[in-house]
Amino acid sequence: MKTSLLLLFTIVLFFTAAGFAQLSIPYQDYTLDNGLRVILHEDHTLPSVSVNTWYHVGSGSEKPGRTGFAHLFEHLMFEGSGNVPEGKFDEWLEAAGGNNNGSTNGDRTNYWEDAPSNALELAIFLEADRMGHLLETMSPSKVDGQRDVVKNERRQSYENRPYGMSEILLQENLFPPRHPYHWPTIGSMEDLSAASYDDVVAFFRTYYAPNNASVVIAGDIDPVQTMELVKKWFGPIPAGEPVPPIEAPPAFLASEKRLTMEDKVQLPRLYMCWLTPPAYMPGDAEMDILGGVLTSGKNSRLYKRLVYDMQIAQDVGAYQSSEALGSTFSIIVTAKSGHTLGEIEKVVQEEIDRLKRTPPDSRELARIVNGYESGVLSRLQRIGGFGGKADLLNAYYTKTGNPDYLNEDFSRYTAISPNDITAATRTFLKDDGRVILSVVPEGRRELASPPEGGSK
Amino acid sequence: MIHRMNGLSRIPVFLFVCILAATMGPVRAFAQDESPIKLGPPAPLKLPTPEHLKLRNGVDVVLMENHKVPLVQIEIMVRGGSSLDPAGKTGLAGMTADMMEEGAGGRNSLEFADAIDFLGGSISSYAGMHSAGVNLFVPLSKLDSAMGLFADMVLRPMFPPAELDRLKNERLTTLIQWHDEPRAIASVLFNKTLYGEGHPYGVATMGDEKSIRSFTVGDLRAFHAKTFTPSNATIIVVGDVNADAVTGLLDRYFGDWRGERPEIPEVNPPPQVSGRDIYLVDKPGAAQSEIRIGRIGVERTTPDYYSTIVMNTILGGSFASRLNQNLRERNGYTYGAGSRFLYRLSAGPFLASAAVQTDVTDKALTEFFNELNAIGRPVSDEELSRARNYVALDYPNSFETISRIAGELAELIMYGLPDDYFNTYVGNVLAVSKEQVLAAANRYIDPSNVAVIVVGDRAKIEAGITALGLGTIHNLSIDDVLGPAPVIDGGK
Repeated sequence: MKTSLLLLFTIVLFFTAAGFAQLSIPYQDYTLDNGLRVILHEDHTLPSVSVNTWYHVGSGSEKPGRTGFAHLFEHLMFEGSGNVPEGKFDEWLEAAGGNNNGSTNGDRTNYWEDAPSNALELAIFLEADRMGHLLETMSPSKVDGQRDVVKNERRQSYENRPYGMSEILLQENLFPPRHPYHWPTIGSMEDLSAASYDDVVAFFRTYYAPNNASVVIAGDIDPVQTMELVKKWFGPIPAGEPVPPIEAPPAFLASEKRLTMEDKVQLPRLYMCWLTPPAYMPGDAEMDILGGVLTSGKNSRLYKRLVYDMQIAQDVGAYQSSEALGSTFSIIVTAKSGHTLGEIEKVVQEEIDRLKRTPPDSRELARIVNGYESGVLSRLQRIGGFGGKADLLNAYYTKTGNPDYLNEDFSRYTAISPNDITAATRTFLKDDGRVILSVVPEGRRELASPPEGGSK
Repeated sequence: MIHRMNGLSRIPVFLFVCILAATMGPVRAFAQDESPIKLGPPAPLKLPTPEHLKLRNGVDVVLMENHKVPLVQIEIMVRGGSSLDPAGKTGLAGMTADMMEEGAGGRNSLEFADAIDFLGGSISSYAGMHSAGVNLFVPLSKLDSAMGLFADMVLRPMFPPAELDRLKNERLTTLIQWHDEPRAIASVLFNKTLYGEGHPYGVATMGDEKSIRSFTVGDLRAFHAKTFTPSNATIIVVGDVNADAVTGLLDRYFGDWRGERPEIPEVNPPPQVSGRDIYLVDKPGAAQSEIRIGRIGVERTTPDYYSTIVMNTILGGSFASRLNQNLRERNGYTYGAGSRFLYRLSAGPFLASAAVQTDVTDKALTEFFNELNAIGRPVSDEELSRARNYVALDYPNSFETISRIAGELAELIMYGLPDDYFNTYVGNVLAVSKEQVLAAANRYIDPSNVAVIVVGDRAKIEAGITALGLGTIHNLSIDDVLGPAPVIDGGK
C-alpha cells in the first residue's frame, strides 16, 4: 500500500514555471490475497461514490468463430448472479438512487456503479456477487435474451447508421486475420448466433477472476471502512488461474490498400488510416497532437482548407485511437454535394506532405496542448461514469501500472516540439502503408478515390 | 491521453440522458425480493444558494461559487430563442447564434478562433427554443485574457456576408444528410404532426431550404440587436471566483451595455392530438424501424412537474423502467426503449421511443401500447419508491460540474423558480404519492389520442402494422417529411 501525504485533497494542482498544470489524483492501493487490486480515492465534495471495475479482457481475447463474445458477456453481467435475482441489479441500484453502465473494447471491459454514499455497500456487493457467483444463476435463456439485445445494438450502431459499416471494414483491412483487432468488438451476426451457454462458463472461469481485475472506489468514502467492505464481499472470491496472454501477430501494412463501399448515404466520405504506435509508446502523443493540428479548430490545417477556404467538405476529423497492442490514426472527411473524394484526397495529401517537410509553428501546438489542459481540468470535476476520476485511475493502473499517471501522461504533450510532429508524420503516415476507403452513395462509384467506372 | 471512450456501452448513451427517472420492472415477476444490503439514510444534501448580483446598468447576475477545480464558466443568456423566428425565417435564431462565432470586435472568424483556442478555452454561442446566449469556459488563469473576446462576441459580432454564405451552405448540406438519418426524419415529422408548421415547436429550428436561403446579414443584425439587450439578459457565473471579483470584471466589460427590452410574445399550445394516426415513412432496406409515439405534454411550470417526472420514470425514464424492461430485456426487440417529457415554457411533447428490429415492428408497437395503457392503472409501492429515490437521490450529481450547475441555474432563471428550489427538490420528489402518479398518467398519457411515427422498410412492416388496427395509416416518403434534398453549388 502506498499513502500520499496529499490524500486529503480532491486533486492536487500547481503550476510549473512554464505555466502548465501539475496534476495528481491522490490514492491508496491494496492487493487482496486473491489478487484483486483495489484503489481508493477520497472526494467529499458531494455525498456520492463510484465503484469502478476493470476486467483485463476485451474482444482481443476472443476465439475465431466467437467474435463479439466479450461484449455479449458484459451484457450478461447485469442479468443477475447468485444472490441477485434477474432484474434486481438495476432495480436495487435505482432504488438507492444509483446508476450503472459497462463497456467493452479490444483490450478491456469496464463497469461502474455511481450511487449516493449511503449505498456504497450495495454497489460493492452487487459488483462482488457477479464476480464470485455469476454462473450460479446463468442460463441459456439469459444468453438468448441478451443475444437479441446485442444484435439490435449492432443494427442500431452499425447497420442502420449512415457510414456505420465502415469501421468494421477498416479494422478487417488494417489488421491481419489472426490479430486481436482484426474483428470488431460488436462481433458478426453469425458469431453472435453461435455463442453458447458453455462459452459463457468457460469465459467467466478464464477471465472474470479477481486476479484479472482492478476495482477503484472513489468519492465520499472512509478508506478504512471501505476496505472492510471490500474484504467482506470480494475477499472470499477464490483466485483464478493465471490468464493466458494474448498472442498478436505483427500488424504491418506493406502497401497501400484502396477500398470502395456503397452505402445508403447522400454524400461520399473518405477514410485514410494508418497503423501507429500503441498507447503511451513513443509516437502516440505526437500522433494525438497531429490529429489536433490537422482538424481541431477553425485554424487547423485540414479544417481551414477543406471546410473553411475551399468549402468542398462538410466535416473533417483526424484521430489517434490509442490501444494497447497498436493504435490507428484516421483522417475522415465528408465531401460536400458535387465534390469527389479524389478532390478531397489530393488536398489531404498536400497537407500531409507539407507537414513532412516543414514543422508546424509553436502556436499551432500551443492551441492543442492548452485545450488538452482545460479538458483534463474539466474531467477532474467528475468522480464517476465513463471518464470520471474513478475510471481514469483504473485506466492508468491498467495501462501503465500507476493509477496516478495523469501528470506523466499530460507531460508527454507539453514535451513535444514542432520537429517531433514532423518526424512522427514522416515515420508513421506512409504513402505506401495505409488503407484508403471511399464510402459512396449507391451506384456512384465514380465519386470514389480514385474514381471507378460509373454505375454497376 | 484522455482518450475518448471508445468501447461499446451497455446502455445507449443518449437514451436516459436528461431524463430524471427510474424504474420498474415487471411487478408480476419478483416484486418482493429485497436487497440483502440495508441502507442507512442518505447523507443530507446542502447546496449553496445562488447569489444574485447586479451590474451598474442593471444586468442581473447569478453566481454559484465552486472551488473544486480552477475553471470558470460564464454564460450570457437572453430570452427569446427560436420561438421568435419570424414567419418564413425559421432558423434565424440559430443562424444568428452561429454567425456570432464568425468574427467579432474587429477579429475575423479565424483570428477570433485562434485567440480563444490559444487560451485553451472555448466561447460558443447557442440558440434554444426560448433562449439564446454565449458561453465562456476557461481556466481561471486565462479568465482576464478571455473576457474581452467574450464581450466582443456578445456585443460586437460582425456578421461578415462571406461567412453567412458559407454557413448557409453548411446548413443546406446538413439538410441533405438528414435524409440518411432515421432519427432526424422521425423527430422532424413527430414535431410537425403534434404542433403543425405554424407553431414554433412544430418546425425544425435549423430551418428549411427556403428559409435558410432567405437569411440576410440584415436579418441577423436585427435579430441580434433586438434580443441581446441588457434588460433581456442574465449572466450566469459558476466556478472558482467570488462575488466581488465577478462584479468588477463584468462591470468592466458589460457595465455600459444599453438597449431596450424586446417584446416576447407567449407561446400557446395548439389543440391536443386527437385520435390515433400512424405515419409510416418508407426507408427501404432499413435494418430497424425508428418509432415515436406521443402527444402534447405539459409546460415546465406545471404543478404536476414532480408527479409527471416520477410517473415517467416508472414508464420509461430509466433502465429498469417498464418500457425498457419489456421491449429490451423481456423481448429483445431493441437496444433500448424509453419515454420522456420535454418541459418548456409552453407544453412540449411527451414521447415514447425506440429503434426496433424491422421484423418485430408490429410486436413492438403492441408492447408500447400495452405499457402506455398499463401506466393508467395504479403502480406498486415498490415501483413508486424506487422511482422517487432514483430521481431524488441522484440529484446531487446535477451539481458535480460547473457546466451542469450553470445548466441548473439557467433553468431556475428561465422558469422563474424560487431560490430554495435546489434545496427543496429532493423533498418534493420524495413526496409524490401513488395517487398523484396515477392522476398524472391519466391526464397526460392518453394512448387513444397519440401520433405514431414509424420510419422503416415499408415493404416489410406495413402489413403487420395494418393488422394491428391501431388507426389510419398515412404513407409518406422521406421527401414528404424533409422536402427534396437541396441542390447546392459546391465549393467556392
